[in-house]
Amino acid sequence: MGTDETRAQRLVALCMLGLLLFNYPMLALFNKATLVLGIPLIYAYIFAAWALLVAAMAWVAGRDGK
Amino acid sequence: MLQGWVVVLTSFAYLGLLFAIAYFADQRADQGRSVIASPYIYSLSLAVYATAWTFYGSVGRAASDGVGFLPIYIGPTLMIALWWVVMRKILRISKANRITSLADFIASRYGKSAQVGGVVTIIAVVGILPYISLQLKAVSNSFTILMQYPEIVMPAKVAALPVLQDTALWVALILAVFTILFGTRHLDAAEHHEGMVAAIAFESVVKLLAFIAVGIYVTFGIYNGFGDVFSRVRDDPSLAPMLTPLEGVAGSYAKWIWLTILSMLAIMFLPRQFQVAVIENKNERHLAKAIWLFPLYMLAINVFVLPIAFGGRLHFPGGNVDADTFVLTLPMAQHQELIALAVFIGGLSAATGMVIVETIALSTMVCNDLVMPVLLRLSGLRLAERPDLTGLLLGIRRGAIMLILLLGYLYFRLAGEAYALVSIGLISFAAVAQFAPAVFGGIFWKNATRNGALAGLCAGFAVWFYTLLLPALARSGWVPLGLLEHGPFGIELLKPQALFGLAGLDEITHAMIWSMAANVGAYVAVSLAGTPSAEEHRQASLFVDVFRREGGGARFWRGTASVPDLQNVLTRFLGAAKADEALREYARARGRRWPEEGIEADADFVHFVEVQLAGAIGSASARIMVAQAVKEEVLTLDEVRQILDEASQVIVYSHRLEQKSRELEAATTELRAANERLKEVDRLKDDFMSTITHELRTPLTSIRAFSEILLADPQLETAQRTKFVTIITKETERLTRLINQVLDLAKIESGRADWRVTQVDVKEIVADTLAGMGPVFEDRKIKVVTRFPDRPSPVKADLDRLTQVLLNLLSNAVKFCAPERGRIEVSVSEAAGALRVDIRDNGPGIAPEDQAMIFEKFRQAGDTMTAKPAGTGLGLHISRQIVEHLGGRLWVESRRGEGACFSFTLPVAATEAEARVA
Repeated sequence: MGTDETRAQRLVALCMLGLLLFNYPMLALFNKATLVLGIPLIYAYIFAAWALLVAAMAWVAGRDGK
Repeated sequence: MLQGWVVVLTSFAYLGLLFAIAYFADQRADQGRSVIASPYIYSLSLAVYATAWTFYGSVGRAASDGVGFLPIYIGPTLMIALWWVVMRKILRISKANRITSLADFIASRYGKSAQVGGVVTIIAVVGILPYISLQLKAVSNSFTILMQYPEIVMPAKVAALPVLQDTALWVALILAVFTILFGTRHLDAAEHHEGMVAAIAFESVVKLLAFIAVGIYVTFGIYNGFGDVFSRVRDDPSLAPMLTPLEGVAGSYAKWIWLTILSMLAIMFLPRQFQVAVIENKNERHLAKAIWLFPLYMLAINVFVLPIAFGGRLHFPGGNVDADTFVLTLPMAQHQELIALAVFIGGLSAATGMVIVETIALSTMVCNDLVMPVLLRLSGLRLAERPDLTGLLLGIRRGAIMLILLLGYLYFRLAGEAYALVSIGLISFAAVAQFAPAVFGGIFWKNATRNGALAGLCAGFAVWFYTLLLPALARSGWVPLGLLEHGPFGIELLKPQALFGLAGLDEITHAMIWSMAANVGAYVAVSLAGTPSAEEHRQASLFVDVFRREGGGARFWRGTASVPDLQNVLTRFLGAAKADEALREYARARGRRWPEEGIEADADFVHFVEVQLAGAIGSASARIMVAQAVKEEVLTLDEVRQILDEASQVIVYSHRLEQKSRELEAATTELRAANERLKEVDRLKDDFMSTITHELRTPLTSIRAFSEILLADPQLETAQRTKFVTIITKETERLTRLINQVLDLAKIESGRADWRVTQVDVKEIVADTLAGMGPVFEDRKIKVVTRFPDRPSPVKADLDRLTQVLLNLLSNAVKFCAPERGRIEVSVSEAAGALRVDIRDNGPGIAPEDQAMIFEKFRQAGDTMTAKPAGTGLGLHISRQIVEHLGGRLWVESRRGEGACFSFTLPVAATEAEARVA
């Protein structure tokens, strides 16, 4: 139970982080007409943040929560 | 190769393949070797979330506003992170209560209320119709477009076609037949559809691969990678604003945020998501993998959306090609027939996956929560008396599937053309979002009542209908458009898309704000205004506290029942074979054999039957059936509360008991250790007593013997007499010494000895002691050699006790010195903050095995039984005690035949200079 509890809390924290990342004003900061490696900044930001979030979730959910 | 017959044949071959996979999975399940009991299959089945909307519509959305399609996938990513908290609880509740659908879940929570179940079902069916019509539209449009190849022509207005020539109708009928064959071949007591889940997982793979294939082709085949597409967009003045989509095109951040929230709710409350995530879940541990695999899937299927959308806009600049079709029309324009066919199959798999699971979930709801409760209540039908109802159940479900798909088609005809794919889907999202307050409140808030849930659901649904569905119908001309423009009866304040004057928002945001306000407001207000009934109270407690109480449903039942009656009910709804198996299982769990031995018709059994029934017909219907079959005493709210209180008290007591027993255990361990120590001390004391009495008796015996001789023979010669008296005196002295030492030891050991610790000069004390013993050395002709440093550091010690130690060690040395040529070396040295004194003799030495022993009480080297002991046996023990008390160490080094060296150290006292520094 203790390990499930820890894992739950870590995942909730990641959800909060995601709500922050994919929201105003974070999105507004990246809403600029520049290309990063040929990709518009806002799209690069959203996909990179998304990928990192999924990676973090994989890491947290995959650990046994000890 | 894109002739009509090829496309149709490929489509049917694909559906046949799905059927084969489902058949195989069902076979395996019957053999007990489930293929879907894997976190990977579970994650893939969740991907039924990605429908034709995702497959065609995302690109369409992206082509018009750039980022608008992303919240639909980011929302679920965020929500699934909360699943470990929320979904695990829902899973636990659903397994314990054999929940069969979302409607069943909500109905069961609010007192197994048939009304709640019915309302949820109606909302779900009406709300999902636009979504189903979206799938029909996507499949029929893609088929029609493919048929025009090599031309690229947008499908004609559907309304212009007669119904029977409408591809969408045929798609609806084919899908209905397929779903009926697929999902309602037999009735499963637990509503598991293993075959369906396996096929859905397969479809998820197909649509992902197809989309990625076309994505790679467009990005790298038509253009030169991501950079090429985006730099062309930047150079095109009409497209350049898409690079900063959030200000200009997509409108507000509010829209983005509401879309995120909406899709967070949709991933939980779409009937098909609830079906695959909860009802078809095999093991709640699968969540751990799904939590990241499912978001990863969504990330992967979205990577190529933007290049395809922008590629399409660049390729078809005129705007006469619908952006929703770019996925298909781009490869067609490049004459990539194989890719176009793959896209069509991918879109077909996305649509069929959605339609199959959604209609199966909805048909279960319609059957269990809408039709059955009504039929069972209609006494005229005498339904409760029919022997086997499984056929009826299957019939209702088949009818429901057909009806839902035809209604979906109807919606498509009525309103489908006016909207893009995504907009149609969002209307459905907003409908199922109305379940959120009732479900989240239901699993975390015990005071939520049935009336509150009904009020919230109805209010939210009404606002949704007024602000979203009505405008959709009005746009298509089925409701006067004046309603949108001027409000009902010309009341501007009630305009459906600017309710109470809230204008300037997109319609989804607008509808969500008002429907959620109405829903949550009514839910909370009505819940708080009323009191729950007994049944509601008990269900609330079972749901909210599911992690604290397991399987407690039976506690709440009182009444009389008979086994044959209940068995009868089971047989009617499950069929004879399944009912028999269930009863055997139940009996086996209680160590009995059914039907040879009887089963008691107690509360447990009634509960068991109800849960089994709930698995087939939903909790509300099951409740009605069981209530008809048994005589039940109605529990009052107070009684339910009492049972709950007792249960929680028992839990509290058992927690306290556990704590107490842990404390007791710890105390016992401590006591046992203390007891061991005491026993050891007691044994030592016994040893000590027996040794000391022995030691005391030896001198006493000789004193007594010689005294008796003197007494008996007064004429004894003077010389003889003197000799005896001398012995007596010596023995008395020895006795006194022994007693003194014992007293001394007792004092030291008990810590009551007087210590007068002062700074002493060891060199001086050694010299004094040697001087005092001078006559003894002379007497024994022993040569004493000393080696002192000039000015040894002073030590802190008790002068008398230190002298005692020196005397002791020196007299030992004297005692064991070689006779006639005895030699004793005394040296004082200083090293490492300690003063060391060595006293070396040239006696016989001490065997290594004796070296530790000689420091124990009453132990001497050599055989004490034969040789007369040369001392009390306490001297070395006391010396060691003294030295250790003073902070030093006393030990011996010796080898047989080479004399012995007793050494002790004492810590040097800090000099005054050092003391000041310190």
